[in-house]
Amino acid sequence: MNTVETVLLLGSGGLSIGQAGEFDYSGSQAIKALKEEGVRVILVNPNIATIQTSEGLADQIYFVPVTPDFVTRIIKQEKPDGILLSFGGQTALNCGVELQNSGVLAQHNVRVLGTPVASIETTEDRDLFAQAMAAIGAPVPPSVATSSPEEALQAAGEIGYPVIVRAAYTLGGMGSTFVDSPDQMYEAAAKAFAASPQLLVERSLRGWKEVEYEVVRDGHDNCVTVCNMENLDPLGIHTGESVVVAPSLTLSNRDYHRLRERAIAIVRHLGIVGECNVQYALDPHSDDFAVIEVNARLSRSSALASKATGYPLAAVAARIALGRSLPEIPNAVTRTTCACFEPSLDYVVIKMPRWDLAKFRHVSRRIGSAMKSVGEVMAIGRCFEEALQKALRMVGGGFHGLVANREMAFDDLDDALQRPTDLRVLALAEALDRGYSVEQLHELTRIDRWFLHRMKGIVDTYDELTRYSDKDLPRDLLHTAKKLGFSDFQIARAVMNYLQSDPHDKMMTVRELRKRYGILPAVKQIDTTGGEFPAETNYLYLTYNGTEDDVEFADPTSPAPERPVVVLGSGAYRIGSSVEFDWCCVGALDTLRSMERKTVMINHNPETVSTDFDACDRLYFEELTLERILDIHDKEHPEGFVVSMGGQVPNNLAPRLFAEGVPVLGTSPRDIDRAEDRHKFSALLDSLGIDQPGWREVTDADEACRQAAEMGYPLLVRPSYVLSGAAMAVAFRESELRGILERAAVVSGDHPVVMSQYVTGAKEIEIDAVAADGQLVAYAISEHVENAGVHSGDATMVLPPQKLYLETIRRIKRIARQVAEALQISGPFNMQFLARENRVRVIECNLRASRSFPFVSKVYSVDFSELATRAILGAPIEPPGRSLFDLDYVGVKAPQFSFTRLAGADPMLGVEMASTGEVACLGTDVGDAYLKAYISAGNKLPRRAVLLSTGPVESKAGFLASARSLQRRGLDIYSTEGTTRFLTDHGVSCQEVAWPMDDKGTNALELLKERRVDLVVNIPKNLADDELDNDYLIRRHAVDYGIPLITNLQVANLLVSAMDEFPIEKLECRPWETYTRA
Amino acid sequence: MKTKQLATLVLEDGTTFEGLNFGAPVSSAGEVVFTTGMVGYPESLTDPSYRSQILVLTFPSIGNYGVPSDAVGEFGLPELMESGRIQVAGLVVADYSPAYSHWEAVRSLSDWLKASGIPGIYDTDTRALTRRLREHGTVLGKLIVGDDPDWIDPAAENLVAHVSHPEVRAFGDEGSPHIAVVDCGVKNNILRCLLRRGARVTVVPWDHDLSSMDCDGIVLSNGPGDPTRCDVTINQLRGLIQPAATGGAPTPIFGICLGCQLLGLAAGAETFKLRFGHRSQNQPAIDTASQRCYITSQNHGYAVDARTLPTDWRVWFLNANDGTVEGIRHKTLPFSAVQFHPEAACGPVDTAFLFDDFLEQARAHRDGREVLR
Repeated sequence: MNTVETVLLLGSGGLSIGQAGEFDYSGSQAIKALKEEGVRVILVNPNIATIQTSEGLADQIYFVPVTPDFVTRIIKQEKPDGILLSFGGQTALNCGVELQNSGVLAQHNVRVLGTPVASIETTEDRDLFAQAMAAIGAPVPPSVATSSPEEALQAAGEIGYPVIVRAAYTLGGMGSTFVDSPDQMYEAAAKAFAASPQLLVERSLRGWKEVEYEVVRDGHDNCVTVCNMENLDPLGIHTGESVVVAPSLTLSNRDYHRLRERAIAIVRHLGIVGECNVQYALDPHSDDFAVIEVNARLSRSSALASKATGYPLAAVAARIALGRSLPEIPNAVTRTTCACFEPSLDYVVIKMPRWDLAKFRHVSRRIGSAMKSVGEVMAIGRCFEEALQKALRMVGGGFHGLVANREMAFDDLDDALQRPTDLRVLALAEALDRGYSVEQLHELTRIDRWFLHRMKGIVDTYDELTRYSDKDLPRDLLHTAKKLGFSDFQIARAVMNYLQSDPHDKMMTVRELRKRYGILPAVKQIDTTGGEFPAETNYLYLTYNGTEDDVEFADPTSPAPERPVVVLGSGAYRIGSSVEFDWCCVGALDTLRSMERKTVMINHNPETVSTDFDACDRLYFEELTLERILDIHDKEHPEGFVVSMGGQVPNNLAPRLFAEGVPVLGTSPRDIDRAEDRHKFSALLDSLGIDQPGWREVTDADEACRQAAEMGYPLLVRPSYVLSGAAMAVAFRESELRGILERAAVVSGDHPVVMSQYVTGAKEIEIDAVAADGQLVAYAISEHVENAGVHSGDATMVLPPQKLYLETIRRIKRIARQVAEALQISGPFNMQFLARENRVRVIECNLRASRSFPFVSKVYSVDFSELATRAILGAPIEPPGRSLFDLDYVGVKAPQFSFTRLAGADPMLGVEMASTGEVACLGTDVGDAYLKAYISAGNKLPRRAVLLSTGPVESKAGFLASARSLQRRGLDIYSTEGTTRFLTDHGVSCQEVAWPMDDKGTNALELLKERRVDLVVNIPKNLADDELDNDYLIRRHAVDYGIPLITNLQVANLLVSAMDEFPIEKLECRPWETYTRA
Repeated sequence: MKTKQLATLVLEDGTTFEGLNFGAPVSSAGEVVFTTGMVGYPESLTDPSYRSQILVLTFPSIGNYGVPSDAVGEFGLPELMESGRIQVAGLVVADYSPAYSHWEAVRSLSDWLKASGIPGIYDTDTRALTRRLREHGTVLGKLIVGDDPDWIDPAAENLVAHVSHPEVRAFGDEGSPHIAVVDCGVKNNILRCLLRRGARVTVVPWDHDLSSMDCDGIVLSNGPGDPTRCDVTINQLRGLIQPAATGGAPTPIFGICLGCQLLGLAAGAETFKLRFGHRSQNQPAIDTASQRCYITSQNHGYAVDARTLPTDWRVWFLNANDGTVEGIRHKTLPFSAVQFHPEAACGPVDTAFLFDDFLEQARAHRDGREVLR
């Protein structure tokens, strides 16, 4: 063993498309392993919502950007002897490569642990990579590295269209496209060179199978493949966008081991020390295959492989980086065998991506070689069908499985099959239902016939079910359906005329029927060995393809403390619900364990820490549906369920669990309903004398317009039912209101629309709080930088507030106390307010942990998840000291956007949330903390020139001082017509550029394409504008060419004032504890 | 729904597992063993080491890629089969897929089993069954489809005599060195591994007189059952490895699986029956000299007892999980054997280099050279 004492671990920053929660899992697991090996760990990660940045894991945590300059400063301060680059995604890898190449690491004697940088560079540079593969005879698709659009065109001509073009050094397949013609080529090249200096032009192997191997190699040359995975979608669809099956189901021994053997040869040749992912294309008609890609680090696929097999890849990779050998490392699951083995799976795992494309305007819903999904779920079954239907329910798009879904309107089904969108799987179901043959579908989609056959089996079984009623449904058929993963709800829908009665009741009827028949699920373990060795594993799933439980359960008659407490997780990461709720759940589990309670976790998101084998006493990698929770309730007889830590998914289940007599801990579901039900909550506020914006509920469009006229525009419109995705919007006039209602698809008595007054120019304030038995125990009040109108998830939050009247704060606190008491809250809650002058109005109240819980907890160094969990359990709580709220530092949380990946999406902020993640930094004041957060979110500060179009006259005036300041800093100012006039009139010199659609002089888009500006401030004139207009083109081009974009006046002003105050070298670079312990 | 034929698996201890029949609608009996290998059912089913066993596959979905042609290809051997027939007595799976998809497939697994008269059972809880086998050790079982057959204990007979090809067979006439393979139930891939490396191969029956063989090296094959029943082969081997008999330069010997147990017994060691055998493709075997660990394919119920190994032999490989012997070798002479399958098929090919090493020994013997050990 070498003597590494202090290790610097680079995190991945804010969650973005292509780089999400999986790196919290890998970093957290690595830190735990390093601590067990006795190493001091310094962590750099501005993602404050992660578990890895929680107290008790790393020895020192820096909430600063993962950039070479900040990391260099940390290296000087902390003097680590080793650095780990493989646990923080592409962000950490890129930063590490720069530090190595600039000589910083050598200068400070910091050793790169694990895979050497040279190996990483070989995998990242396609030319070097192709050479390396050639050296060991591993086939790669013909590929040419080019450095200009002209070279790219020539290469494509030589290889022959269609080709795939991809940018080097990017994550999640950004800038990677299929190209069929020279015209397309030119356009694609221009965009790709915006993201990368090098562009690869490759032969397209569209239609081949895509297969991945996760390989681990130690420093002693022991090498194993932990898992192989097969994409259901053939090559052409990014693996992050594909339905992925593990282990492979259509590969023969020869296929499997030929690819495995090459994967090991590749990993050896590249000199990987740790974890590596190898992606192949496999010809479905011959022995041919090609190596597509190698990722020399932990990845989304490795997180998935870890969860799919139970093999803790990140922990093993961390130990290997310290010099341990695979046979030395114990198998954490069996505890009796070693890590030098390859898991055998006796179950089928399916990963399904989660998209949120409906939240974006103008975005293309086609899926392809670039990643657009924001999260994923993993389902486990004993057969493909069971796992597939579970996965579809888990993904949270309102699907009940492959069949029995609300009808999807596919205008052109063949097109939907040939050129897939996010609804691909449902298009397949629809086609099978319409009688397409397996062969036809194979021709259209190139999906392996085996998968199609099995899907057809599900559709056929559904047809068979529809021939019966609940009175004559044969037991065998019911059992078969359950084995194929049908939910009780799907069966109810098939066998009954559900439209005439409550589907919930019918579902319960099916449940009763099958219980009478004795058709019950069995609990099975994931043990890595296919049952070969006895395993102490607590990693579980349920299946109908089994007759015997692997584990024993608590005696239902034993007293409550001897029975477990179940925590319901958050499910798939999505816009609006991601790693922050995993932090809350893990906090709840930790608190329960410290109270010596047995814990059970239910979740199905492979990117989480809550689904790690050591996070709880028992993990059910399962659906968060009423049916499944009742099943687990019947097995485990828990003391109760915690529903308020996992975000909206478990919160929504509370009333139905309550109705079924399931014990819900903490705030009563009756009171949760009083907060969730708009009528009840409004009445409550009225009775307490608390102000709220006016609102009305309408059930048809004409009525809506009449009411709207009375209320006065603008109005915030919220349909209660929408197809896959939210459709909240602001209407400034009747035509817009009608447009929104049309998009809502269903407006009826059952699906009313709520319209509320939309207050502009107000401040938005949030309180995150914990109450016990109706008494407020802890709270944190944060203010938004943006005025009301920007979704709270996209807002820049400042804690403690810097610009609020004391009276406003007092009023907010008083309201929170009143509400806590009225709803008898025991647990977490969050409220949002509007404030103008000192008029405070409540806009929302959720009796659950909120997105900002980890942020406020870490800024205050008070664990709100712990306090909330104790409150839920009715345990004594020591309220945090009052002095804590009087800080001499500031925390600022900023959104992380992924617009670059969402081709066409309008990168404008509005009432629908658009950010995929967040970052937060601490600082001496708002400017210091904000600038760091801004840089952490992937932005660079402007050095040369800005492009301004500052919207309506009020915001033009509002930005004037900032424009002057930019000029003082020597930045060139380009501006569009109106802005130019305004600035010139006020003595700011600027150069006018033409609007994109105008055909005169220098056009704004040229400026962007040539990257002559390095900041764009584009304040939209009208929030409701839905046109593909000039402003949209500027915003979209800024994003496509990688130029930082600000669309909010308050944020733009904050950025400029912060830059004035803090040159980058003056920004603080201090560890977390030096703030909170002061 | 189509009517499905019920099937039942009954274990010695009286436990029954209900399921549905695929393959031949007949009953059969044998020893019930499980393998956790995730790929390669055509290879496993034709592996002579599984002779008279009812094989349980823990992999969740079987039949997906159908069955390849058994037509004779390279070297006059079927491309993807390990012998000329299905060797198992019955097959137990969780989920059987009648629909299959693979460019090499020519028929379904069920059709192949049916044509071979071998019954299968699916829709059983193979995990519950595996756990039982793990706890009770290997047990006898009956796969009942209709008639209730008698119990069959494979340990009661010398299975090697059944699976060993009675004729001497020659392959790769032009090749060199010349390797004699003692067929105790040899898998075709052992022959392919030697032939692809340019060797000439003569396959001889298990009881062939080895003393008269004119060859550069001897491979002792895999095979089914209790090694102590092969006393004829063991005696032959004793004659070869006893220094007095070998005289000058001894002919290199390399044993695989059963071959390892036979070589151990010939050397004077003892073998024992494992509580439940190693039957999987993920067994870690550590080279005791280099400490390198290899992932190996295994299929055996017996092992050499390390404590009984004579002092001029050493343990070559150890199982990293349970510490059992995975390979032995003579300290000075070119006699070695591994308990795992370097030829794989099915399974990982990480230890295929052992064939290179052995053939190098054989070439040295042929050329009268010393081989650096």
